[in-house]
Amino acid sequence: MGKTIAEINEKIKNGKAVVVTAEELIDMCKKQDVKKVAKEIDVVTTGTFGPMCSSGLFINFGHSTPRIKMGGGKVYLNGVPAYAGLAAVDVYIGASSLPDTDPRNTEYPGDFKYGGGHVIEDLVAGKEVKLEVITYGTDCYPRKNLSTWIKLSDVNEAILFNPRNCSQNYNVAVNLSKKTIYTYMGILKPELGNANYCSAGQLSPLLKDPYLKTIGFGTRIFLGGGVGYVAWWGTQFNPCVKRRKNGIPLSSGCTLALIGDLKQMKPEFLRGASLTGYGVSLIVGIGIPIPILNEEICRWAAIPDEEIYAPVVDYSNDYPNCRDRVLGEVNYAQLKSGKIEVMGKEVPTGSLSSYKKAKEIASILKEWILKGEFLLTEKIFDFPGPESGYTFKSLRVRE
Amino acid sequence: MEEKLVLHFPPTLIDKPIISDLVRKYDLHFNILKAYITPEEEGNLVLELKGEEKNLNSAIEELKNMGVKIQSIKSDVKMIEERCIHCTVCIPLCPVGAIYFEKETESVKFNPEKCIACGICIKACPTKAMVLTI
Repeated sequence: MGKTIAEINEKIKNGKAVVVTAEELIDMCKKQDVKKVAKEIDVVTTGTFGPMCSSGLFINFGHSTPRIKMGGGKVYLNGVPAYAGLAAVDVYIGASSLPDTDPRNTEYPGDFKYGGGHVIEDLVAGKEVKLEVITYGTDCYPRKNLSTWIKLSDVNEAILFNPRNCSQNYNVAVNLSKKTIYTYMGILKPELGNANYCSAGQLSPLLKDPYLKTIGFGTRIFLGGGVGYVAWWGTQFNPCVKRRKNGIPLSSGCTLALIGDLKQMKPEFLRGASLTGYGVSLIVGIGIPIPILNEEICRWAAIPDEEIYAPVVDYSNDYPNCRDRVLGEVNYAQLKSGKIEVMGKEVPTGSLSSYKKAKEIASILKEWILKGEFLLTEKIFDFPGPESGYTFKSLRVRE
Repeated sequence: MEEKLVLHFPPTLIDKPIISDLVRKYDLHFNILKAYITPEEEGNLVLELKGEEKNLNSAIEELKNMGVKIQSIKSDVKMIEERCIHCTVCIPLCPVGAIYFEKETESVKFNPEKCIACGICIKACPTKAMVLTI
C-alpha cells in the first residue's frame, strides 16, 4: 500500500519521517529489496548546482521623492541593464544581462567579467549595489534621473523568478573542429580534446522523478539556500522526449520555472558565472524533495549514475547549426570517472555542475525535513506528461 | 628541462634583442607569459624556457653576466578556495595535471608545484576561483 503526502507530513511534524538523500537511497536499494525500501523511506532529497542562464530577479525599489517612473526608461544595477518595461519602480534583471560597455566578443574570447548573475550574487551577499536611472518625466512622476546605492534589505521585494531551471538531462559537449571553441558548456579543445557535461546525474531532481509524478505547480523546494516553489513548467519543456526504458530522457526533457524570495537566500547557493567567450550566467542551487508514495516512485528515485545516459554532441558545427547528430551515449558513472570514449578516442571529462554542492544541498534539505521545518506540498496541478503531445519547437525564420 | 623565470632587465638592456639571441645560440624554446616595463624603465619578463639542461644553464649564466636579475618561480597562479565550487570544468584543460579531483573529499585541488602558469584554468573557471598573481 502506498502513502499519502498528508501522512508523510504528519510524520515530519512528529519527527518520525525517514528521510534520505538520493545517493543514500541508491545504496540502500543496491543492498535491499526496493519494495522494503519503499515502505521504509518517506522522502528522498535531491540537489543540483549549475549555471542556469534562464534566471533572474524582480525588484521593487520603492518610490523616491520626487517620484521617478523607471518603466519605459533605462535602469542599471552596477552598470548592468535591468528590464524596465514594468510599473514605475519594478524591474527585472536577467542573469545574462551585460553592461553596455562590456566589449562582448569583440576581444575574442570575451572575459564577461560582470553581469546580471553577479548583480544577483552581490545583492544576496548583502553588498551595496549602484542604482542608476535615466527616464522621462511625467506630471505624476517628475524626476528624470537618479543615482543611488541600494542593498537587498532596502528594497521592498526581491523575487527570484527563473523561467527555466533544473533541466532533466543535458548534452555532453565536445569539439570535432581543429580550433578551440568557447561555449556555454565551457572551453572545448579541438579534435575531442575534452568533453564537458552539466548535471548532477543521480542526484539531479528531475532525473529522480522522470515523469514528474510528484513534482508540479506549487511544489515546495530548496531554492538558492532558501525556500522556493515550482511556479510553472519551465520553458522548452519537452515531456515527449525519447526516453530509455527506465524513463530517463535521452536529451534535455523537462524543465521547471521556479520562484522564491531572494531575501531568504544565501550567496553560497547563488553565484554569478563568467563563461569565457560566451557570456554571464547564474549558478543556482536547487533541491527538490520526492515523497516516496509507492514502490514505482522509489524505483525511479533509486536510478544510479550507471543507468542515466546523456548524448554526446559536437558544439563546433552540429550544435550551432541545429544538426541532431548524436556522437554516442555515455552514462554519468563514466562521465564522473574523468574519461569517456567518443568515436574510439579516450576523452577527459569536466563538469560545469558541482556534484559536491548538489550533495550539500540534498543534505541540507534532508536536515530541514528531519527537523520538521520543511513540509511537503501536494502539487496544485500536473504538468503536461508524455501523453499530452506537448513538445519543444524550433523557430522557423521567415522572409 | 624547463624553467619558469622572472627576468628583470636594467633600463640599459631594454632595447637589445637578448632573448632572441639566446634562444638561437642555445637552441631553446621560449614562451612569454607576461612582459611589462615599470615606470622606472626596468623591463620585466615572465618567461618559460625549455631546452637541454646544459644549454639552459649556460643561457641563464649569460643573462646574469649581462646584468639581468633572475628570479625562478614555481607558480604564479593561485586558487581562491572559497570561490571554487568544485565543478571540475578546469580539470581536463590543465595541460600538466596541476588541477585534479580528490575523490575522498570530492573536491577540486590545485598543486602549484606542477603549474606552468598557462592560464587556461583562469579562462575556464566560471566563478573566478583561479587567479594570476604577478
